[in-house]
Amino acid sequence: MIPDKSRSSSVSFRIFKDRFFYVCVCLMASLTAIPLIWIIWEVLKKGYRQINLSFFTEVAPTTLEAIKAKNAGDLIPGGIANGITGTLIMVVIASLIAIPIGILGGVYLSEHRNNRFSSLIRSLTDLLQGTPSIVVGIIVYFWVVKPLSSYSAVAGSVALAIMMLPLIIRSTEETLKMLPGTLKEAGLALGASYTSVVLRVLIPSAFGGLFTGILLAVSRVTGETAPLMLTALGASAVNWDITRPTSSVSLLIWQFYNDPNLVDMIWSSSLFLLVLILILNIIAKSVANKWRIQ
Amino acid sequence: MLHIDNPILEFKDVSVSYTPGKNAVNQVSASIERNKITAIMGPSGCGKSTLLRAVNRMHELYPDIRITGEILIDNQNILTMNPMEVRRIAGMVFQRPNPFPTMSIYENVIAGYSLNGIRLSKKEKDELVETNLKNVGLWDEVKDALLKKGTFLSGGQQQRLCIARALALKPEVLLMDEPTSALDPIATNRIEELLLELKKDYTIVIVTHNMGQAARISDYSMFMYLGQLVEYDETQVMFTNPADSRTEEYLSGQFG
Repeated sequence: MIPDKSRSSSVSFRIFKDRFFYVCVCLMASLTAIPLIWIIWEVLKKGYRQINLSFFTEVAPTTLEAIKAKNAGDLIPGGIANGITGTLIMVVIASLIAIPIGILGGVYLSEHRNNRFSSLIRSLTDLLQGTPSIVVGIIVYFWVVKPLSSYSAVAGSVALAIMMLPLIIRSTEETLKMLPGTLKEAGLALGASYTSVVLRVLIPSAFGGLFTGILLAVSRVTGETAPLMLTALGASAVNWDITRPTSSVSLLIWQFYNDPNLVDMIWSSSLFLLVLILILNIIAKSVANKWRIQ
Repeated sequence: MLHIDNPILEFKDVSVSYTPGKNAVNQVSASIERNKITAIMGPSGCGKSTLLRAVNRMHELYPDIRITGEILIDNQNILTMNPMEVRRIAGMVFQRPNPFPTMSIYENVIAGYSLNGIRLSKKEKDELVETNLKNVGLWDEVKDALLKKGTFLSGGQQQRLCIARALALKPEVLLMDEPTSALDPIATNRIEELLLELKKDYTIVIVTHNMGQAARISDYSMFMYLGQLVEYDETQVMFTNPADSRTEEYLSGQFG
């Protein structure tokens, strides 16, 4: 007779294994939190002293000003106004380019789920999302900077828009896919045209998801540096002319890093960027919660 | 089968296929009488919804569906008309209530106009909203909350709102695709009473797989099975003395 083994495994050993596994899961989860918390702590600790009114209103200091201040025992003077305005201009223009294209592209993908063209677009979008940002910068350098023979905010915006596009397209597609099909039918059944059903029924109903996707895309490119180095270049003054070289907060961080006398400014600028992105993410989350599709 | 003089809606040899060579609706011919309720019943998959949705050209949303034959509304073949025009003369109410979630109750009623880009004065809008909400018996319940979102209403109220939305465009025919299957018995009852009221002014074609419902409210009944129109007669006659053995088996609950 075959011995009955159904009760032979030790229960206490299995309970131990279970607990051990659970502890491992918790441990790994907390390990991911450590670098995050550490970054925030470090940036806060080293950056908060530089943050005052002039940090937002004055342009980045020169090396000379920094050395003088250091010798006098003062904080480094100046701020990152040229970076803040540059980031603002470029993110706004990039959004103006990427939002309409991205949303309409997303509408196409959600409407045509299985045809060959849409699966091609979908794979290309994924590819674009994985493209190293420096490569995007190089492409835009040849597309925009060379023809205009100048580094400019426009070029920077185009690079950021390309980075934003796949994020907006895919989030639009996913959100629209979650809408019940009966909504579209309801609109069409009233004799409405496809255009007005998309623009006045589907997109408004998906507004929360679309808005969240856009905010996340914005927060994603706000801190981009590499593509801007080859397109916007940077500027030492506040510049509102979008055809001329322009700075951004992330470009300033890179400049501060390259100048040993300005190192203290890295932390305050990073703190600014982190807080900005954190706020964007919090808004995105609350909008997503408030406008959740019923 | 049943002959009707001066019908509002006629099916002539209508076939609908989802995949080539396989008809979901097979050679259906029938005429629908004005200002009556005609029920289309049959087991799941018999093609009753498919036939109904052919009338307002809903199948065009899906590229592979083929419709042959003629469907006439007031002697006009709707299969050759522009689908947007067709859908204005053949209103539809769906299985699940589907008010537009971003629009208020007020906006939902006149959505047919606003989505079609038809401009209305404030007075015209107010009138349309009041008349149609009164028509569906919703006015007293919502007149103080017209600016609230339609999705705050109960399921039955939402469905009545959807009926009002369809009626606001003054359709020739009102197509209803199992309009009460997602509703509780009380809400269902209200809608059935409403339909009996509405047939004074509208022609209603209702798909249902609830035989009781067909018996309670319809003047004429069609029984469909495997894509074919098996029997079409006055409801009274069909329920008391069905001509076809399949109809009898279905009505007596032997399948379905």
